[in-house]
Amino acid sequence: MSATFRAQEVAAGVDGERHGAVGKSVAHDSAHLHVRGAATYIDDILEPRGTVYAALATSPMAHGLLKHIDLNAALASEGVIAAYTAADIPGVNQYGAITHDEPFLAEGKVEFVGQPVAVVVARSMREARVAARKVRCEIEALPPILSIDAALAANSLFKKLEVVRGEPGSAFANAAHRTSGAGVIGAQEHFYLEGQIALAVPLEDGQMHVFVSTQHPTEMQQVTATILGIDWKDVISECRRLGGGFGGKEVQPAQFVALAALAARLSNRPVKLRLDRDDDFMITGKRHDFAFDYDIAFDDGGRIEAYDLTLSSRCGFSTDYSHQVNDRAMCHIDNGYSLTQLRLRNYRCKTNTQSATAFRGFGAPQGAFATEHAIESIARALGKDPLDVRKANFYSPERGMKTHYGQAVEGFWLPDIVNRLEASCDYRARREAIREHNAKNPIVKRGLALTPVMFGISFNASFLNRGSALVSLYLDGSLLVNHAGTEMGQGLFIKVQQVVAHEFGVAANAVRSTSTNTAKLPNTSPTAASSGSDLNGMAALDACTKLKERLIPLAAKLLECAPTDVVFRNGGASTASGIKTIDLKTLATRATFAKIPLTAQGFYYTPNIAWNGDTFEGTPAYYFAYGAACSEVMIDTLTGEHKTVRVDILHDVGNSLNPAIDRGQIEGGFVQGMGYLTSEELVWDDHGRLRTHAPSTYKIPTAADVPEIFNVALYDEPNHVPTIHRSKAVGEPPLTLAFSVWFAIADAISSISDRRQMPALTAPATPEAVLRAINALKQ
Amino acid sequence: MRHSIEFLLNGERIAVDDLDPHTTVLQFLRERRGLTGTKEGCAEGDCGACTVAIAELSAERRIEVKPINACIRLLATIDGKALFTVEALSNANSQAPLHPVQAAMVDAHASQCGFCTPGFVMSLFALFKNECSPSRDRVIEAISGNLCRCTGYRPIIEAGIKATSTICSPSEWGKSKEKLETKNDANRALAPIDKGAARESQKIVWLNTPGRSGALESAERAMIEALAALPANASSESLHYRFGGQQFFAPRSIDELSSLIADHPNAWILAGGTDIGLWITKALQNNSTLIYTGEVSALRDICESDAALEIGAAVPLEDAFRAMNRHYPELAQVWTRFASWPIRSSGTLGGNVANGSPIGDSMPALIALGATVGLRHRERVRTIPLEALYLDYKKQSRASGEWIEKITIPRRIPNVQIGFYKNSKRNEQDISAVCAAISMVIDRGVVQHVRIAYGGMAGVPKRAVNAEIELTEKVWSETQVRAAMQAMHADFSPMSDMRASAAYRMQVAQNLLLRFWLESQSATAEVRVI
Repeated sequence: MSATFRAQEVAAGVDGERHGAVGKSVAHDSAHLHVRGAATYIDDILEPRGTVYAALATSPMAHGLLKHIDLNAALASEGVIAAYTAADIPGVNQYGAITHDEPFLAEGKVEFVGQPVAVVVARSMREARVAARKVRCEIEALPPILSIDAALAANSLFKKLEVVRGEPGSAFANAAHRTSGAGVIGAQEHFYLEGQIALAVPLEDGQMHVFVSTQHPTEMQQVTATILGIDWKDVISECRRLGGGFGGKEVQPAQFVALAALAARLSNRPVKLRLDRDDDFMITGKRHDFAFDYDIAFDDGGRIEAYDLTLSSRCGFSTDYSHQVNDRAMCHIDNGYSLTQLRLRNYRCKTNTQSATAFRGFGAPQGAFATEHAIESIARALGKDPLDVRKANFYSPERGMKTHYGQAVEGFWLPDIVNRLEASCDYRARREAIREHNAKNPIVKRGLALTPVMFGISFNASFLNRGSALVSLYLDGSLLVNHAGTEMGQGLFIKVQQVVAHEFGVAANAVRSTSTNTAKLPNTSPTAASSGSDLNGMAALDACTKLKERLIPLAAKLLECAPTDVVFRNGGASTASGIKTIDLKTLATRATFAKIPLTAQGFYYTPNIAWNGDTFEGTPAYYFAYGAACSEVMIDTLTGEHKTVRVDILHDVGNSLNPAIDRGQIEGGFVQGMGYLTSEELVWDDHGRLRTHAPSTYKIPTAADVPEIFNVALYDEPNHVPTIHRSKAVGEPPLTLAFSVWFAIADAISSISDRRQMPALTAPATPEAVLRAINALKQ
Repeated sequence: MRHSIEFLLNGERIAVDDLDPHTTVLQFLRERRGLTGTKEGCAEGDCGACTVAIAELSAERRIEVKPINACIRLLATIDGKALFTVEALSNANSQAPLHPVQAAMVDAHASQCGFCTPGFVMSLFALFKNECSPSRDRVIEAISGNLCRCTGYRPIIEAGIKATSTICSPSEWGKSKEKLETKNDANRALAPIDKGAARESQKIVWLNTPGRSGALESAERAMIEALAALPANASSESLHYRFGGQQFFAPRSIDELSSLIADHPNAWILAGGTDIGLWITKALQNNSTLIYTGEVSALRDICESDAALEIGAAVPLEDAFRAMNRHYPELAQVWTRFASWPIRSSGTLGGNVANGSPIGDSMPALIALGATVGLRHRERVRTIPLEALYLDYKKQSRASGEWIEKITIPRRIPNVQIGFYKNSKRNEQDISAVCAAISMVIDRGVVQHVRIAYGGMAGVPKRAVNAEIELTEKVWSETQVRAAMQAMHADFSPMSDMRASAAYRMQVAQNLLLRFWLESQSATAEVRVI
């Protein structure tokens, strides 16, 4: 088969007729299992004979020298089998997402409250947890650095960066108007419903099989090998599904899988380590909280002439993904706006708190939020509607079509999305109605905001943008697909099944997906950066194409037609006219007799992307995903309580692979973002202890918080670059649609004043934060 | 005395006599029975991933279906009840048809990661068995104890509405009744002499029958008979469960309970277990003796007389609030925003009052209404005003061995105006930062009677005495309201914590009185958003 043929097939997978499974609202591959309670999560796997349970003892202190760990009381506790510390690690006590700067177990020092210091193994989970609390640490206290301010004052930084574009100095000097502002945007806990969990099962000859809830099976394989001092080939890492990830299971499970494996190796038993929810909160990293301040210059039309922005983030005790998160924050300050005269500073603070990590959006929300804040400051300074200021600043031939990191902006249909949403949600008329309402109501104020989303798709680290897949046709004609991606609820498995089903002309649920397994697909990238279906969909297409290449000549012979006339549909191969058909079972059987291998491996990497973090330049995004949301809120000026009453969303997913799944991502992302910016408040005390460490104190949205009027539409435009069936990534971008809620609250607060200054509202906008901003405005 | 815990698990009769009495329903399901459809998300009754349903016989021998949090409910309290898990609704390992709730969830694309899904299914199942065509708000209330981090809830709400409305509509119901009866007959035809199969098919019919109608009488009757046959319901013997040096008493009479409490001064008195459950799962504590109040029938009574509403200490919050709401509809938010439906189904009013948390929501309301508590020590009974029970943080005027028997709420005073305001970071299923309850009688513009009680403002639920003085026998005016607001500084010095700062609490406490004032004025302006 010629290369030309392959290219045609691949092109057909990208641009060809959308028939069969692709583009349909097929149910999630496991929906029928979810509702029956029959979907197997790690804790549901039938435990191997002799399984024992592990629990972690953690540091009660934020910073100190770890002088001694007393295990005696723990070891004497009922049911305890063993307890291990760093000294027991046969391999290396060091790991990390990028830089290996974290210990699996604290050694010599402790660096945050909740840092694991020992692992206790017992006959039951409860006995292990009881015993873990009996571990005593002798710690010589050192002063902790807990906040961004404290870190900046102490120069406790992982890195500081400054990027200058154009000549902001002279642009400021020549500008007609200038304003400034500052704010904070708090951290966020992932609150995946399934907590962190790993089951480690020792195998023969020193091998280890780990079952772990993770977005990154390869990383889990790597750390298991690291802590045990064995080869990667001797570790199998496997995950069928996660009970939620959101970035919190990209690198965070590493510690738990490694410690489960350590305990399994040393006790020579299968070991399950499942974190209690409170421990999960105390130990694992969260979204980076950011502080920002800016000066911004603009003309009479609100067009930005110069922008000086400082972004400071709290990274915690180790680097984790903090550099990448901050890079992305810096890249996403544009959010659709041309920023040609720019001075951007970024401080990456090292603190004695949990190591902040990946979380849906990966820095982009924090960066974009700062600029949206500045846009609203401009609107207030000029007495304009913020929407008009937004529109005046979009990338355009006049304002420029290049990002501040040098990427040409192509396929930029954000202005059209915003215009369409403005019309469909009746923005101007409602703006007027709200003005009237507020004039008549001294206590309850309404607010409205329409905010855009522009989200770069691809890992900034170009090499991570790769997917792999394995497609097997069995002799009975059934199809199995495996790929590098993990299923965490986002519907990746069904989307890839749809791609494969489309290629072979069968129904999506006729294709089986099984667990993501490093022995089947090695050296995978994490399922992150919204990339899952882009990368693995294309890899699966590649595998299908290869498999079909081998089968088509045989099919052509059997069907007595030209190879180019063979099509796969209705469960088999047929001639283009459809007169003759051969089912997949027969084809597979005949192929075996013809010595044709029925498994094909596919691979894909994202083309045309490059990134230089040192110069802060490149084309890190293969394309951009866009969206816009308009939210209307009510606030109570007596208490700061608020309610979101209506939300309208128009979001760009390219040619949707599965509109129902995509809508789920949009709505779910929006509500998660709404929680991030309203009710989800993480509070640390003066000793660095997280005080909100369970759902009783950390409040994610409930069903009652969802607006009754919640209009969601997909923007129907194929991706301008070739992606799988011209679809677009959808995992992260919708989160920032929720900016509209926060800015609507700010709008409502402003209504008590002359609207000439931005309220001192922090994020999340808890009732207390809202009332504080109201008090400040009244003074 | 009976010594084993006997109940129906998904229709099958089960007896347990070899588990620690601290064992939760969730541990039993997952670890003992391998029923892993029920998940642990938080182990504190706050996420709902563990939601299961129980059916119990009421005093009138009707079936009451309730959702509960399996993670903090002790297995021993299921004695005499029918426990249903997600696995009951359709056979997980077969091609059996989905329950209408499950089918609606699939159709609406209402699951993503799926971990919370069984809990939602069971909350909606409980709703399905209780109401026909509930409103959107009722559906939301029914799932307010279930957290989902993936979907944004919209499809779940849609599924809930669909599952509880379509099937309940008379025409649809006719069809599905016919279908179920056909299925039932078919099953019978297949195994005419197999009683087990007949029972199984009756169970399936019962599970699929919506509402409390008992429309399919044979199935309803079969379920009632199965429940009635359990030892707890067939005999008047109390459960005294012992295992591993630990014991669990479930007395049936007040005398029995009184003696047990007096004889075991260090025992835990367990009511709904929505707090004690956390001592077990979170603080990892245990107690060799547990005394459960939930089977004392006299404590589960609600008595309405001309003078008062008497609520037995073991009446579940849901029932207590429903009764209170009939007389004081202004207290609707105490009911609907108090934790979640599963928590209100297990937790009791007596437990909330006995716990005496400064941030418990029922006490400010009860204090404002002038409620009293009946305290008992063996035969000695005394009644005190509720506010007199609370001395200081975790300090009560109850003598050792004295326990709460009932809460008495006076009937509505003529012309009384009531306000209840709950303030929290999240609207549903959150603990109050501040909670205010106000009861006031204004006669010809003058305040004749006022009681103002707050939660979240002190170490105990507490009246704003100085504010009350500022208002009593004064003209009901904004000036006087503002004076009362100022007087609150003498009433309270609240604390700062992760829920709210002291300053915020004080300002909100003051402003809630202002809100009450504004609401008393018949202006057209809106004064609240929640």
